[in-house]
Amino acid sequence: MKKQDIDRRDFLKRVGIGASITGIALTGCDTAAKKASNKLTGAVELNKGQMTYRKNPTTGDEVSLLGYGCMRWPTITDKDGQDVIDQEMVNRLVDTAMEYGVNYYDTSPAYCKGKSEEATGIALSRYPRDKYFVATKLSNFARSTWSREASIAMYRKSFKELQVDYIDYYLLHSVGMGGMEDFKERYINNGMIDFLVKEREAGRIRNLGFSYHGDIKVYDWLLEQHDKYQWDFVQIQLNYVDWYHARELNARNTDAEYLYAELDKRGIPAVIMEPLLGGRLSNVPDHIAARLKQQEPERSVASWAFRYSGTMPNVLTVLSGMTYMEHLKDNLMSYCPLIPLSDEDNQFLYDTANLMIQYPTVPCNDCKYCMPCPYGLDIPGILVHYNKCVNRGNVPKNQEAQNYEEARRAFLVGYDRSVPKLRQADHCVGCKQCNVHCPQNIDIPAEMRRIDQFVEHLKQNTL
Amino acid sequence: MLKRIRQVLAALSIVAIMLLFLDFTGTVHQWWGWMAKIQFLPALMAVNVGVIIALIVATLIFGRLYCSIICPLGIMQDGFGWLGKKMKKNRYSYSTAKSILRYTMLCITIIAIIFGISVIVTLLAPYSAFGRIVQNILSPLWQTGNNILAGMSERADNYMFYSVDVIWVKSAITLTVALATLVILGVLAWRNGRTYCNTICPVGTILGFFAKYSYLKPLIDTTKCNSCGLCARNCKSSCINSKEHTIDYTRCVGCMDCIGKCHKNAISYTHKVKATEPSTDAHDNTRRQFMSIGATLLATAAVKATEKTVDGGLAAIVDKKIPNRETHLVPPGAKSIRNMSSHCTACQLCVAVCPNGVLRPSSNMERMMQPESSYEKGYCRPECTKCSEVCPTGAICKITVAEKSSIQIGHAVWVKDNCVPLTDGYECGNCARHCPTGAITMMPSDASDETSPKIPTVNVEKCIGCGACENLCPARPFSAIYVEGHENHRVI
Repeated sequence: MKKQDIDRRDFLKRVGIGASITGIALTGCDTAAKKASNKLTGAVELNKGQMTYRKNPTTGDEVSLLGYGCMRWPTITDKDGQDVIDQEMVNRLVDTAMEYGVNYYDTSPAYCKGKSEEATGIALSRYPRDKYFVATKLSNFARSTWSREASIAMYRKSFKELQVDYIDYYLLHSVGMGGMEDFKERYINNGMIDFLVKEREAGRIRNLGFSYHGDIKVYDWLLEQHDKYQWDFVQIQLNYVDWYHARELNARNTDAEYLYAELDKRGIPAVIMEPLLGGRLSNVPDHIAARLKQQEPERSVASWAFRYSGTMPNVLTVLSGMTYMEHLKDNLMSYCPLIPLSDEDNQFLYDTANLMIQYPTVPCNDCKYCMPCPYGLDIPGILVHYNKCVNRGNVPKNQEAQNYEEARRAFLVGYDRSVPKLRQADHCVGCKQCNVHCPQNIDIPAEMRRIDQFVEHLKQNTL
Repeated sequence: MLKRIRQVLAALSIVAIMLLFLDFTGTVHQWWGWMAKIQFLPALMAVNVGVIIALIVATLIFGRLYCSIICPLGIMQDGFGWLGKKMKKNRYSYSTAKSILRYTMLCITIIAIIFGISVIVTLLAPYSAFGRIVQNILSPLWQTGNNILAGMSERADNYMFYSVDVIWVKSAITLTVALATLVILGVLAWRNGRTYCNTICPVGTILGFFAKYSYLKPLIDTTKCNSCGLCARNCKSSCINSKEHTIDYTRCVGCMDCIGKCHKNAISYTHKVKATEPSTDAHDNTRRQFMSIGATLLATAAVKATEKTVDGGLAAIVDKKIPNRETHLVPPGAKSIRNMSSHCTACQLCVAVCPNGVLRPSSNMERMMQPESSYEKGYCRPECTKCSEVCPTGAICKITVAEKSSIQIGHAVWVKDNCVPLTDGYECGNCARHCPTGAITMMPSDASDETSPKIPTVNVEKCIGCGACENLCPARPFSAIYVEGHENHRVI
């Protein structure tokens, strides 16, 4: 079967090459040169007006398949040495996204140290209000925001920050974190859920939904209440690794296959988050990257992940937190227009996922929900460095490992470069305040301890 | 020719010794770490009989060549003198020996050594004076250069260079002394050549005794000499009396400058009765130099736990402050505070190689510029014995990693008021987790309540005083656990 598939590809490729040679021969070099200059990065062509759109069944919104996640806006260092959002760059990114048809922008009062909504509002308010859909959330995680008054204040503030008088998509933010108890405190006991339903009736919220991480009981309960609340959309984490392996990687999480099926059978459109696992499906070990590139040499490694989520029919939009123009353009290539994956392609990705999960990376997506750590650690910095070393083969098992000396040096020198000494894992006191914030349910202090011990062994040469 | 050989050897020697003080990776010491150990005063302090005998024998054969090709401070002065001669030719002149001053300084040094008045010894030791100059003035510049390379290396995604923390002022007093030494010696050498070496330097005086009877020495052939005085006007030691055709060999440093200057070939480096072939003790200094590597320290850390409402950002980190130790800390291998103060000539070599930011020159008058340990920036890591490997004076004796793990240099003291489980209400135990000897056990603060916050208990008998607990304690600016020094180190 597989062999046949390759043969078919091979055949098509040859036909394609033949056709293009003929094309060049017929039209001359002029056209060929012009064609090449249209390409943005590599081989796949990017054209305006080609974006794939999905229709929201309740409001009829035509939503672009690529949604802009506003959690990872680019930053610059201001004159006080503080990292602040690079508004100029944000505007340029939004301009490019708009130009190619991206019309869904997802933010939250908590993102980017609380500055994302403002920055997103500044960029979007330069466009007519009917040209974009904006999504934001009730991010009342902190105990001090659980009261009705504080929650409503947060809700109202979003309008001001985003410079809008209605919000297209409003979410109960990350239900499931902290289990049913926290959920009740955040939305039921303070009457916020009923308040938001009323706001939808009043037209200030056009679509009401929730985003989910963590305790599956909350997810199931909310969907059981669908008749009562009429969810317009639900935001879930979905990608080709989490489809079958989310639970296997962490028993406290749930496979995306289940999450998606529950929405599909109720006809609730799914908004997809973490399609790329915070870049972990792009920054993969060499041989996996080679495997993906071999199949589609002209597309990026990341494009597989985007096409995978986008191929699911009940998906309204796929969110990507694009910090760099290059990421935005690469993602546009995947969706302008979407070329759906075949069943064989999907199977190929599931096989790839099986290879990936053999690498003992920590499932951190660098979302920074855990930050700031009250004791000064740079938790995502530590985990991202560790994962990078895992993928590059720089986490030796013992001193007999073939590349032990180089790997040891790369790990230790790179560690000090990525994370200042005072923010490294050995400073974790184990207070566990971070754990409730982690959407991936990572036991952060345990990972810090494990990495700290590994570093000690490397330093003392006692691995 | 002889002058040229002397110059080449001197240049190699001073560059090599400078690198000993600049290199923070420990690579250079493997190759020519011995160059620090053949310095006269350090060898004397370490009672390194072999080296002292070898140096005396060499002086008995060649004269005070030590001062021209081994002593870095002497070579440095020759550098200034060379610049001075560029400005004005034939600028020196003969002077009589300042014997009273010389012997007084020697006596003071001997008395200071016997009575352990370390300030005087450290100020007068020529090699140590040079070490201070390089370590305090040049080293920060060297490290800045390294950090620039490390930045480029990082951009190229390679791990050749690593960035280090540049500390511009490790100790204000030491820096002041180093700067003063540099300026005074620079001016003296610029104007009058080796004045310091022939009046103040105790090593110069001692070697002068032996040089007087050396087998080989520059001799003036009176049959050829026309008493033009050119030799005297180019003698940086001011020791050639051209009128009387005599040379004061106690002051001659064997630079060979006079031999080349004489138009009549009247001066030769030879034995008084019978001429012999000149020879020199060449050192193999040409070794491959490996480039450096290191560790970054960023001074910053924890605020009191505040409620988190938004995502991202880093908590500010307050710098740690030095706790008030009743007894100061000296590194393992130093044996005791007394051994340190009586042997150390404050050359700063140990400070230069300490990769953890633990050692720094003391600002205390009694032990001025001698090294002491403190743990605000890092702690005395179990795998590191660098200071003990480089010390030329026996102030820090060579130890192995295994020996280090059982040498007690102090003990940890708990400070209840700062301890995070009690102040913040969160479990911690970071001190216990990182104690290399397992001397700390976390116990409920209320013995009758198992669930009460756990606090560290220190088994002082097992504690070696490495400072892991103090350094990694989350309490800032003062840690909730700190190390109190011991007068005498012992093996536990």
